[in-house]
Parts: sequence; C-alpha cells; structure tokens
Amino acid sequence: MARAATSQRKVLNTALAWAVGFLIFFPILWTILTSFKTEAQAIASPPIFLNFDWTLENYAVVQERSNYMRFLWNSIIIAGGSTILGTIIAIPAAWSMAFVPSKRTKDILLWMLSTKMLPAVGVLYPIYLLFIKMGLLDSRAGLVIVLMLINLPIIVWMLYTYFREIPGEILEAARMDGATLKDEILYVLTPMAIPGIASTLLLNFILAWNEAFWTLNLTAANAAPLTAFIASYSSPEGLFYAKLSAASTMAIAPILILGWFSQKQLVRGLTFGAVK
Amino acid sequence: MKLANVLRAATAMSVITTCAAYAETLTIATVNNGDMIRMQGYTEDFTAKTGHEVEWVTLEENVLRQRVTTDITTKGGAFDIMTIGMYETPIWGANGWLVPLDDLSAEYDVDDILPAMRAGLSHEGTLFAAPFYGESSMIMYRTDLMEAAGLEMPDAPTWQFIREAAAAMTDRDNEINGICLRGKAGWGEGGAFITVTGNSFGARWFDEDWNAQFDQPEWAEALNFYVGMMEESGPPGYATNGFNENLSLFQQGKCGMWIDATVAASFVTNPDDSTVADKVGFALAPNSEGVDKKSNWLWAWALAIPAGTQKADAAKEFIEWATSKEYIELVAGNEGWANVPPGARTSLYENENYQSVPFAKMTLDSIQAADPTNPTVKPVPYVGIQFVAIPEFAGIATEVSQEFSAAYAGQQSVEEALEKAQAITNDAMEAAGYR
Repeated sequence: MARAATSQRKVLNTALAWAVGFLIFFPILWTILTSFKTEAQAIASPPIFLNFDWTLENYAVVQERSNYMRFLWNSIIIAGGSTILGTIIAIPAAWSMAFVPSKRTKDILLWMLSTKMLPAVGVLYPIYLLFIKMGLLDSRAGLVIVLMLINLPIIVWMLYTYFREIPGEILEAARMDGATLKDEILYVLTPMAIPGIASTLLLNFILAWNEAFWTLNLTAANAAPLTAFIASYSSPEGLFYAKLSAASTMAIAPILILGWFSQKQLVRGLTFGAVK
Repeated sequence: MKLANVLRAATAMSVITTCAAYAETLTIATVNNGDMIRMQGYTEDFTAKTGHEVEWVTLEENVLRQRVTTDITTKGGAFDIMTIGMYETPIWGANGWLVPLDDLSAEYDVDDILPAMRAGLSHEGTLFAAPFYGESSMIMYRTDLMEAAGLEMPDAPTWQFIREAAAAMTDRDNEINGICLRGKAGWGEGGAFITVTGNSFGARWFDEDWNAQFDQPEWAEALNFYVGMMEESGPPGYATNGFNENLSLFQQGKCGMWIDATVAASFVTNPDDSTVADKVGFALAPNSEGVDKKSNWLWAWALAIPAGTQKADAAKEFIEWATSKEYIELVAGNEGWANVPPGARTSLYENENYQSVPFAKMTLDSIQAADPTNPTVKPVPYVGIQFVAIPEFAGIATEVSQEFSAAYAGQQSVEEALEKAQAITNDAMEAAGYR
C-alpha cells in the first residue's frame, strides 16, 4: 500500500513538474510557432495553434533585411568577453572573501549586491558621457567593460558561495607543501572549483546575452548585438508579429541550445547554497 | 607640353583623392515602419549617386526616442541623421541641437513641402527636419455594416452621428464592436487620441497663462462622451487598446469604425492581411456639433541632422535624396503609387496617378484640416494638436493618460480622473516655472 502511494505521488509530482515546465516554456514555444505563420495568421482570433500553413517567409525577410551574423558575432564577443573578464577578476576576490575574511567581508558583499538595486537608467547619462570622452561609444570593448561591471557582483557572490564549500585545510596543506598564493589559487582551488566556475560562467553568459538596456543605449551600427536585432523588428504602428517572432527565434536559438546542453551545470549554479 | 601633362595628372589625382575623402559612411537612426523599411531597400540608389555608404540603426519608436535623446543632449555623435517627429523638432531646433536645413538645393524644391508639415517642423521660420512622410487621422469604416445599419457616412460627420452609427453597427453576439478607439496609457497612444477628441469638443490643455484646463466643462463633456460611447459600442478592455490592437480588431472584421492614423489605410485595404480589405470607406475625423474644430491630428516622421555630427554635408545630401520628388517616383515605379510615402509633398497630391489611390484625397484633406498653431476653439499659448510642444509635455501627458485609462477601465470615475489630471498638470507646470 505504502509503495503504491509513493508511486502515485511520484507520478503526480512528475505530471506537475511537466505542467509547470510547459507553462514556463509556452511563451517561447508560441514565439517559435508564430515565426512560421503569415502576419494574418499571427493575429488570428481565436489563435491558431498548429493547424496553419507553415512558411519560412519571415525568416527569408529577416535574413534579407538584417545582417544576422554581425549581430550574432557582437553578442558572442560581448557576452563571452564580459563573462571571462569578470571571472578573472572575481576568482581572487571570492578567494579572499571565502578564505581570508575580515569583519567587513559580509558588508562588502552586501554592498556589492546593492549596486544591482540601482535602476540602470539612473546612471545612463554619466556612463554615456564617460563613453563619449573615452571613445568607447558603439564599441564592443566598451560593452564588455560595462556588462562585466554589472555582472561582477553576481559572479563574486556565486564563486564565494562555492568556494566556502571547499575545506580550508586543503589550501593550508598546499601552503605547507610550499605553494605560493598564485599556485594555491591556480593549481589547487581552481581545479577543485571547476564545476562551480563553469556554472557561474554559463549563467553570466546568459545574463550578458540577454542584457537589453546598456546594449541598446550604448551602441549604434558597429557593436549592436542581438538585442538590437530584435528591437529593430518591434513596431507600434503596424502588425509585424510574425517577423518579430522570427527575429526573436533567431536571437534566442544559440542561447537556448547552449542552455539545453548545459542544464545540469545551470541548475547546479542556480541552487548553490540551497541544499547543503 | 610636359608641364601641361603634369598639371593634368595633378588635377586628376586631386579629383580622385577629393572624391575618396568625400565618400562618407552615414549612420542613420530610424523607426520600424513600412515606409522606413522600404527606404532602406533603396539605399543602393543613393550610394550609386553620391558614393556615400549608409548604416541603418532601426529601433522601436520608444527605444529610438530614448536613444536619440540621450545622444543629442550629450552631443554624442553616434548618429549622423535621426528620424524624429513633430514633437521633438521645434524643441530641439530651438535648443540648437539640430543643423538648420536652410540651404537645401533649388532642385529639392522646399516650397513643395505641404505647408502644415513645414510649419510643424520649423522653429521661428527655419526648417530643422525634412518630412519623409506625414499623417493625420481619419475615420475608417465598414461600408457593408454601415449599409446594413441603414445609415450613410457623411464626408464630415459629427461625434453625435458617430455614436449613433456605432450603436447601430454593434452586434455583440457576432463580436462586432461599433467603434474601436485608443484607450491605452501613453502620451503618444491614448493621450494623443483623447487630446484631439478634447479639441473637437472645444477643450484645451492650457489657458493663455499656462493654467491646466481639466476643470473646465469642455473636458468633462469630451471624456464623458468618449467613455459613454465606448461602453455602448466599444470592444471589451478598450482601456488597453492602442494602434496595433485596434488594427488587429479591424482587420479581423471586429470593428464597425476605427478613428486613427491615416497611415493605417494602407494596412486595412491590403487583402493579404485584412479580411475586410474591399469593404472600407474613409471620412474626415469628427467634431462635436457646433464646434468648429475636428478631432484629427498632424504628425510627420522627419529626417534631421544632429549638431554633433561631423558629416553634415553628406547627411544633407541623404536627406535631399530621401525626401525628394525623385525618391517618390523611384518607389512608385517599382512598387506602385499606393506605396509611396504620403503626406509630405504638394506635388504628390497633384499627380494624376496618385489621385486614383483610394485614401489619397482623404489623407490630404485631413492634413490640411489640421492647424498646429490653432488646435482648438479658444486661444492657447502652445503649438501642437495632439501634443503641446514643450519638453515637459511627454511626462505630464503620460501621467494624465494613465489617470484617464484608469477611468476607462472603471477603476475611478471620469470626475476623479479629471481632478487628478488637473492637479498633476498644474503641479508639474509650477515646478517647471511656467506658472
């Protein structure tokens, strides 16, 4: 009896998990489906789910109108560059906070996180003026720096939480064997923390890929990533939902595939510290 | 002889190097709409004529507005040409942020620009942006439903007739709403529509001393009329409907009438997208009985050169090309007269080929009926029909339209919304130093 009840609960939980998963994925599925409809089918009421004449016309129009590869390349450079740079800076910072804490460490961590609470538009003008003076406007280098700074608190927090799970005694043993600080971080700590670093890299790559305030406001023609590509298909006067959906699908496809193949690491990264 | 050859060679070299140095790459910020996208497809024609290359930055309207405002106020120089509207042009021109377009070539024929457009894009008589296309607003209605209701649409109907016709066309069982109008919050969405409706009831935003006028009977009459008519004959949830939502409803045959931008005419008559393409008639925007002001607005998307650019000469060449008579002929030759950018040039409306386009005459009549310097019955201290051309307006009107939308949604009464609008507007104007 008890086994039957457990099995029933398992089925129920699985069904519930699938239902919630489908609910969360539905907007993405709907966007993908809409991208294969005509504009008239896209706005049809009641909405058409699967029973429509599938067309690739929207993708052809988007390909013809926009240089997708240039936007994609910019997204890869900006998201990848900011994530790697951020991680290089965050590893020593997280090391010092995890293994050599001072009485102010917690305050510093909280202060770092508090910078995320400031509405981005509040610092738009100062950053814009700095970018003009430094010649960084509409440059990939400028966006790499800005996105790295924006995501740095999250990277430090994630790595700090992960490093704290590594016993300090191992590092002490390495020191006793004559390891320098550099050796300790590079050859002892980093290899042990590789799963944590990987999930941090992945999550921050996704955050940087999806960032749409700075990437729209600090770029023009040269450094515009896929967020600008999507924005160019949104129109308040005219129904171009099918084309917008095609552009959105093309923009999210790379990150969706990356997320699909690395979901284990992602889940692990997102649940750091939740279960000990 | 030798000297002559040397001189010839030197001249040839200088011509080549001058041309090479002169060829620029222009960065143009623009909105995503049919006419602008079409222009991007003809960029090669401009490059072939001038040697200048063009990089397009296409953005959604609100994003574009924020993006170009940031750039122009900081003199960032990210763009060489910006697509801006009638609201921004006179304000930015007055601030010295735009390059004056007072030396356009004789072939361009600046006097051919429709007077209402030219006035709206100038400051103290100086043109600061060239109109790429212009629009007003008008009534689009279902001829079959009107006939079935036993009514005939006059060329210039009153609001009272529109309300009566809307009630007659409404068929809730078949999801047909007699009238679809904007109710969505936002100064350029529902805010623009209710402002022109107010004009046609004799209401105004400000008196001559910049005092808000929402406590006057004209506003109460206009807003009560709008809410009453929409409750009788409007679609459910109209408080959140903007241009696109109403376009979608009309194209699916769910609206008897729709009063909105003249640019919508080409969408609703396009058989590829609209189920009612062959059953659409047009009429001038209405006015209340006894009020000599119609509820039509005036807008233009225009090309302007920010003062921060280093490529003003090449930018002027582009503007002359994109807003020229030749460009209109280029589009007409390839895509037909119905697809040329409307509402900018007088010569277009004198063209016999264009006169056969079904919505051409009504668009011109609507544009000509709009007077930005004299938008309502009583005198006003501002310029603008669906907006007030002062920098503070966008913020104030967005807040006011939020209050109005809350009244449309039944979250508060019309009287409460008007009281709040009065307080919001007067407070903001006082803080800005107008009062």
